[in-house]
Amino acid sequence: MDTTQLSPEKFTAKDLVTDQDVRWCPGCGDYSILKQVQTVIPDLGIAKENIVFVSGIGCSSRFPYYMETFGMHSIHGRATAIASGLKAARPELSVWIVTGDGDALSIGGNHIIHLLRRNFDVNILMFNNQIYGLTKGQYSPTSEEGKITKSTPMGSVDHPFNPLALCMGADATFVARTMDRDPKHQQQILRRSYEHKGASFVEIYQNCNVFNDGAFETYTEKSTKKNETLFMENGKPLIFGDNNDKGIKLDGFTPRIVDLADAASANDLWVHDERDRVKADILARFFDNPAKEGHLPRPFGVFYVENRACYEDSLIRQITEARTSKGDGNLDKLLQGRETWVIN
Amino acid sequence: MNKSNDVLDNVIIKFAGDSGDGMQLTGTQFTNTAALLGNDLSTFPDFPAEIRAPQGTLAGVSGFQLHFGSVEIFTPGDQCDVLVVMNAAALKANISHLKKNGMLIANTDGFDPKNLRLAGIPEGKNPLEDGSLEGYRLITLDVTKMTRAALADSGLGTKEIDRAKNMFVLGFLYWMYNRTLDHTNKFLEEKFSKKPEILAANLKVLKAGYHFGDTREDFTSRFTVGPARMTPGTYRNIMGNQATALGLLAASQKSGLQMFYGTYPITPASDILHELSKYKNYGVKTFQAEDEIAAICSAIGASFGGALGVTASSGPGIALKAEAMGLALMLELPLVICNVQRGGPSTGLPTKTEQSDLMQALHGRNGEAPIPVVAAATPYDCFNMVFEAARIAIEFMTPVIFLSDGYIANGAEPWMFPKSADLPEIKVNFIKEKNSESRYLPYKRDEKLSRPWAIPGTKGLEHRIGGIEKQHETGNISYDPQNHEFMVRLRDAKVEKIADYIPAQAMEVGPDKGKLLVLGWGSTQGAIKSAVIKARNKGYDVSHAHLRYIKPFPKNLGELLYNFDKVLIPELNTGQLIKVIRDKYLIPAVGLNKIQGMPFSAEEVLTKIEEMVK
Repeated sequence: MDTTQLSPEKFTAKDLVTDQDVRWCPGCGDYSILKQVQTVIPDLGIAKENIVFVSGIGCSSRFPYYMETFGMHSIHGRATAIASGLKAARPELSVWIVTGDGDALSIGGNHIIHLLRRNFDVNILMFNNQIYGLTKGQYSPTSEEGKITKSTPMGSVDHPFNPLALCMGADATFVARTMDRDPKHQQQILRRSYEHKGASFVEIYQNCNVFNDGAFETYTEKSTKKNETLFMENGKPLIFGDNNDKGIKLDGFTPRIVDLADAASANDLWVHDERDRVKADILARFFDNPAKEGHLPRPFGVFYVENRACYEDSLIRQITEARTSKGDGNLDKLLQGRETWVIN
Repeated sequence: MNKSNDVLDNVIIKFAGDSGDGMQLTGTQFTNTAALLGNDLSTFPDFPAEIRAPQGTLAGVSGFQLHFGSVEIFTPGDQCDVLVVMNAAALKANISHLKKNGMLIANTDGFDPKNLRLAGIPEGKNPLEDGSLEGYRLITLDVTKMTRAALADSGLGTKEIDRAKNMFVLGFLYWMYNRTLDHTNKFLEEKFSKKPEILAANLKVLKAGYHFGDTREDFTSRFTVGPARMTPGTYRNIMGNQATALGLLAASQKSGLQMFYGTYPITPASDILHELSKYKNYGVKTFQAEDEIAAICSAIGASFGGALGVTASSGPGIALKAEAMGLALMLELPLVICNVQRGGPSTGLPTKTEQSDLMQALHGRNGEAPIPVVAAATPYDCFNMVFEAARIAIEFMTPVIFLSDGYIANGAEPWMFPKSADLPEIKVNFIKEKNSESRYLPYKRDEKLSRPWAIPGTKGLEHRIGGIEKQHETGNISYDPQNHEFMVRLRDAKVEKIADYIPAQAMEVGPDKGKLLVLGWGSTQGAIKSAVIKARNKGYDVSHAHLRYIKPFPKNLGELLYNFDKVLIPELNTGQLIKVIRDKYLIPAVGLNKIQGMPFSAEEVLTKIEEMVK
């Protein structure tokens, strides 16, 4: 395996296509994500046989069937737990978790926070469509309050999760957001997520054109995108708007939108620093309802990056230490135990 | 002074006190010393679920029963010969387990007005003084006073001094049973190597207890229990959970597979984790997951990666793992699931034993989900059976359930441990090349109906598996009605096929045909064996067979059952194995059932045998 890692055999996006028919609804945002993943992976320098896709249950979780790599389509919410065991056992593998808002944040909510705090070196792609698609249209833990669905004819009374704020709270070491309708940005974020050593959480806004069509159109449609989104770049000021005419400033801990036409305002803009936890926490809270007067734009890109020891590395370090101090295990010595006696 | 020395062939001692009195340690020390002197033995710790129940109350009583002898010992024993009680509550909770004319050793300090009140004894009464203990040989000791006297000039505080009380009792019993102090001295030296004052205090009190027996004139008898006539060989002492950990490690070594142990703490299974986490130099990876579901799922992930995935729990945790067990059987990956059973349902009786999860093991999943089940009969048998569970899991690519229970998990016995070279090799077949011309077929079967194991990192064998029904051989998703029925039957046939690769059912005691067969499984083995031997000595035509393989059953089981006029099945549940036996073999088996969180006594089984063969 080491040799294949050193000089992996080249492959193309085509080699990642399986013989299975892709069965998402026509027009589903998942198609774009599959395409970008298949485009990005061949360039990452990983041996194809060392790639594993693990998923749970839901529309997004059919993903592994369409990737010509090792894969497991597991049970609802547990892809994260399965991937943790796989990565602990086989740290050299490139492990990708494909999950949805229901799978990751509802039924699998417990596992995801623990995976993030342990910081296994895996890539989590959470397709967020703010709806349960596979079960035909119930509200999800990211659906907005008042959402009318099959299970909430009078509107949902659940307060939604802010997924990235949740990740920050769980001490995730890589937190990012992208969208299905922006292939270039998606590819860029996927690459960054792979390059990060540690658990990478990527939220992908994904349109379910059957049960929740247009959920993110404010951010994806040409007419509103520039005014409603904030594409963050490390080391650059936070600027958005139709003509890049608006910026974000920090007033104490309060973010304020400023008009760049006003020369005084253009100074001291908030410069994005992916390694600043406090600022990342604030950015993750840019989560206003776009209908709200004076709301902040929705950020896309990498919110936060941190280098922290990965669980599997620490685990192996302890094993190495134990082997150094105690020597390799000897089964006979173990079976014998500390005290024995002989019966003649 | 002339003291008599009686030779006994077996003795049952129970140490009982408050959970802070160190009774488990006292019992374990006496056990290890007995083992090193060559006695056969069996132990049964019996402790409260609360870590620190209110001091002095019945709820806080912790006990440790030890049966040792120069004869073969099968159980921790029924009624005790000797009962040691540190306080009134311990007396009240245990006196019914003391034989008539048995020896009762009581710490008088534990019978002061406060302790008497906490034990719920009516005001003004003290059982040590009111004659209610007539019929027992009562020995009263003021352990606290004597411990304090022995350590008067130690410079330690009263609290620390009182903590050494149990050593006085232990020293006294060592004197009474002619044991040496060597083993416990050595143990204390290791335990308190960094606290020399505490070490000195414990050694001193232990010795004081010993000398106390020597000098007090009213103790005139000592007892000797000689070494047992056991199969010649080298022995060690072992507890069930420890044996489970060693069996798993052995299976990992003999298969050459890395072991991954994913688990979540639960009584009484946690000790397996504690044990395994010590063996990192064997390459074992232990993972304390966030919950029971993550525990089993992480093990499934590790197995997918080519490790021996293992998870363990007790009943409530196993219930949480059910869905993932179904996944493992659909994926057809090796996985060992250990259930150290305890009293149920729900939280039930966490520290008490029961055999009530057999139906859960056999059927507790959605859909037709057959999983092989094996069960250990004694503490050391946990080693053998969990090794078998791993062998079956790996060779048949299937999850396997290993059943133990609180009684054998915490019980101890001598073990003539095997040499690693004598353990069978476990064959692992990682497939490296495509198994058909066009593509890799992940669900192509071999003669065992097992499928190949292609692990990530194997070039050209990239494939996907999942929990959705799959097409025969290709593993592709399939909703075809005929295929589904075919696959359900195939997965069942695969589990039944294992019967060709396990030993035939052997007899534990007696011939393989006759009037009455007592058929047991799991931790009831000792009680049944003792009862059947006693019954045979009385001239009754009765035999004992003990099941270790429950799914599938050994192939000769039916024939064996039909060789007897009657079949008795004792179980610590309302009758679970009996339903399976009646259903499969259509025989009118009779049950003997006890659901008290306590093991059978040999007497209880014997009474039932006599009722059936008279």
